[in-house]
Amino acid sequence: MNTLIFRTIAPLLTTVMLVFSVFVLLRGHNEPGGGFIGGLIAAAAIAVYGIALGPNAARRAMRVNPLAVAGAGLVIAVLSGMLSLPFDLPFLTGLWGEWLGVSVSTPTAFDIGVYLVVFGTLSALALGLEGGEVE
Amino acid sequence: MQVSPDIVVLSVVLLPLLGAVLAPLLHHVMRAHAGWVLALIPAWGFVALYGLAPELAGGATLRVAWDWAPSWDLKLSFLIDGLSLTFGLAIAGVGAFVLLYSGSYLKGHVHQGRFLAYLLGFMAAMQGLVLADNLVALYLFWELTSVASFLLIGFDHSRQAARRAATQALVVTGIGGLALLAAGVGIALISGSWDLSGAAALKGLPAYPVLVVLVLLAAFTKSAQLPFHFWLPNAMEAPTPVSAYLHSATMVQAGVYLVARMTPHLGGEPMWNATLMLFGGATLLWGGVQAFRQTDLKQMLAQTTLASLGLLMLLLGAGSTLAITAAVLYFVAHALYKAAFFLVAGAIDHGTGTRDITVLGGLRDPMTLTFIAAIMAAIGMLGVPPLVGFFAKEEMYAAFAGGDPGAVLALVALIAGNALLGGVALVVLIRPFMGQLLPTPIAPHEASLAMLAGPLVMGIGGIALGFFPGIMGDQLVVPAVSAILGGAEAHPHFAIDPMSLAFWLSVATWVLAYIAFRYADAGRTLLRAGAARLSWSFDRGFDQAYFGLVRFAGWLTRVLHHGSLERYLIVVFIALGCAAAGPLWLMNGWPSFAVAWDATFYELGIMLVAVLGLALVVGARTRLMGILALGVQGAAVALLFLFYGAPDLGFTQFMVEIVSVVILALVMTRLNLDARDQRPLEDWARDGAVALFAGLSVTMLLFRVLEEPLSSLLPDFFDRTSLPLAHGRNVVNVILVDFRGLDTLGEIAVVFTAGLAVFALLRGAPKRVTPGEPQTEPPARPRRTRARKAAA
Repeated sequence: MNTLIFRTIAPLLTTVMLVFSVFVLLRGHNEPGGGFIGGLIAAAAIAVYGIALGPNAARRAMRVNPLAVAGAGLVIAVLSGMLSLPFDLPFLTGLWGEWLGVSVSTPTAFDIGVYLVVFGTLSALALGLEGGEVE
Repeated sequence: MQVSPDIVVLSVVLLPLLGAVLAPLLHHVMRAHAGWVLALIPAWGFVALYGLAPELAGGATLRVAWDWAPSWDLKLSFLIDGLSLTFGLAIAGVGAFVLLYSGSYLKGHVHQGRFLAYLLGFMAAMQGLVLADNLVALYLFWELTSVASFLLIGFDHSRQAARRAATQALVVTGIGGLALLAAGVGIALISGSWDLSGAAALKGLPAYPVLVVLVLLAAFTKSAQLPFHFWLPNAMEAPTPVSAYLHSATMVQAGVYLVARMTPHLGGEPMWNATLMLFGGATLLWGGVQAFRQTDLKQMLAQTTLASLGLLMLLLGAGSTLAITAAVLYFVAHALYKAAFFLVAGAIDHGTGTRDITVLGGLRDPMTLTFIAAIMAAIGMLGVPPLVGFFAKEEMYAAFAGGDPGAVLALVALIAGNALLGGVALVVLIRPFMGQLLPTPIAPHEASLAMLAGPLVMGIGGIALGFFPGIMGDQLVVPAVSAILGGAEAHPHFAIDPMSLAFWLSVATWVLAYIAFRYADAGRTLLRAGAARLSWSFDRGFDQAYFGLVRFAGWLTRVLHHGSLERYLIVVFIALGCAAAGPLWLMNGWPSFAVAWDATFYELGIMLVAVLGLALVVGARTRLMGILALGVQGAAVALLFLFYGAPDLGFTQFMVEIVSVVILALVMTRLNLDARDQRPLEDWARDGAVALFAGLSVTMLLFRVLEEPLSSLLPDFFDRTSLPLAHGRNVVNVILVDFRGLDTLGEIAVVFTAGLAVFALLRGAPKRVTPGEPQTEPPARPRRTRARKAAA
């Protein structure tokens, strides 16, 4: 699989897939898509990069430990749920608002958390299986 | 001094708990003197409780309650009546002297602060136990006393014997605790109230025998009745103040308290009375006889505690006003003399370095004050007039005098038991103190004031109470008997009457006690020879049961948790097949296959692809081929989702298939599996059969589902509310992140945890991973079923 063509094209492919994954994530609330699918696409992107250039290169490219990404996702999801508590609303009650002309909401933050958990966990899994040093 | 009841409850339950927290700090600052300060806590509790005595003298009850869990209608309620007052005073009174004693007894011990904290924690739990009215609180305090007992028996945790005794006590009393919980829940369900004072009439109900068995199991394990008695002598591994406090005067009396407390609700029936008298009488004689087998002071006293507990059970079982009066009197007398005796034994141990009566002698000169305390304890145990113990004995003989054959039998058991106890009292008093001074490991020296205060004051108290029948009778015994018997009026008898039968029975008891003392050595030789002949003991029986359970657990674990991935999967898939086909078979609901068949050509084409993929999987020559073929099959299913209007589902399915194939292929290379999957024919047939069974069962179930009209309740609800409530047009996503957000949160937590587990496995075995490793499926699987549910 370490052909020259694949090694050349893989970073480009990864970039496109990552951008597409974010697009899928953000459109999810109204169109097919969402955090889970986005996370899967992003993880596949990292897996492709790892297969082409080696898991250590993929880890360097990610800069952060994938499991830390997953953990951060879980924290974001929980925090987005807790935002409703000061308003005396039950945990995970959705809040919607506008900030600098863009609609923002806690479900979106929650979905980003889902994305990060799936992305981080599956990337860690794929890279771990691909070998190299596991930190 | 008059204090309001709620302050009293806080003083006796909460204050010791605070003291427990502060004890280590206080010990850090004051060292051994901390005992003097901490003893003030139970001393104040004693005074505060005693202040309520005039109010309770008329048989009144005081109730205090705080909201505990209002949503469950649960109140932390306490009830103070004559019974709880008597027990509470004993706990506080003995507790004060034991704390004082511990300060000196364990002087210089590294963990003395911890020890004092445990004692105070126990005190809080025990007071809570005797004051609690709420059944949940009663159970909670009951278990807390067991935990405190565990910590205190195992205080010297570097010794194996102490650890074993602690575990044994916890296991035995823990069984009883569970029984108490069951009984409490049962009573609450029947009565509709968690307060014992609000319990419905229980006698005559079908559940009555069950409740009696549960309550008596709790009481017998806690109060060390036959056949659960073996833990109490072993509990003597604890430091002596603990033996004096927990394992004679208070904690082991919790079972007696429970029986007394339950008497108005469960007592009076033949089943209750006969069981109590039978087991109580047996324990009385057993403990009395076994005491003569021992040479260790503490062991002898422990066996007499067994006997005294049996005696109390016997009296409570008799149930007459006289017998209950005797029980209350005896409880007070026992608390005073037995705690004092244990503290004396500790002082001897502390002063000479040994507790063996065969090597001790002539201590009356070097340890005069201890000797005086021992005399007072011994005459209390012998029941010499005018001590409380004497009146208790008179009362119990009067209770059984001139009755039917059963009463005569009980009377004989009581006389024999009391004679044996008296004999032990004489042995424990005379052997160490009289005769010639024998050499001991440490040169004998008198104990300190803190250690002598308890035995002396308790001894004087035992004598003084006999002279003040007003305090004893009107303020303690009458209200307590009234509480136990539901208003019955006791007339305790505080006179020495040489004309009565009971008096001459007492005289007979003393004569027999002297005979027992004279032949103590011969009796010991005989008993030891007997025990040597018998290879089995109750203690060994506990070990057999305990380790039998451990072996059984090990066997069961090996059967269920064998570690073979192949067998796990077979079990899982057979279970799946049974779960799908079982209900269809049992309720005869097989599908009729009457579904309209109107598939278009492209749908048929996709199905063909799926079937071809399946055929490829089964016929694949190499593993990689099989994995890829599985992906083909999954992709076909994803296409079907797309055609049936579930784009999210189809999309997700595609991604899951792709990532699964990648990760499965990686797992294969990582595990260095053979490219080919070679299995013997019988394995192949077995796996094939399981797969066919599971697959066919699920297919049948799905066909059956199709024949039912689908409810449109949920789709309609989500269609209607998705946009206005959740500002989203994609219903699937709105369900995932908003309507059922908590489910999703749980799922991503599972995904993350599974990732951590895989990470740990990969790091643990860098080259080779064990075959039992979780595959990539855990993260992907729940999501797929979840998405399907959402779309349905």
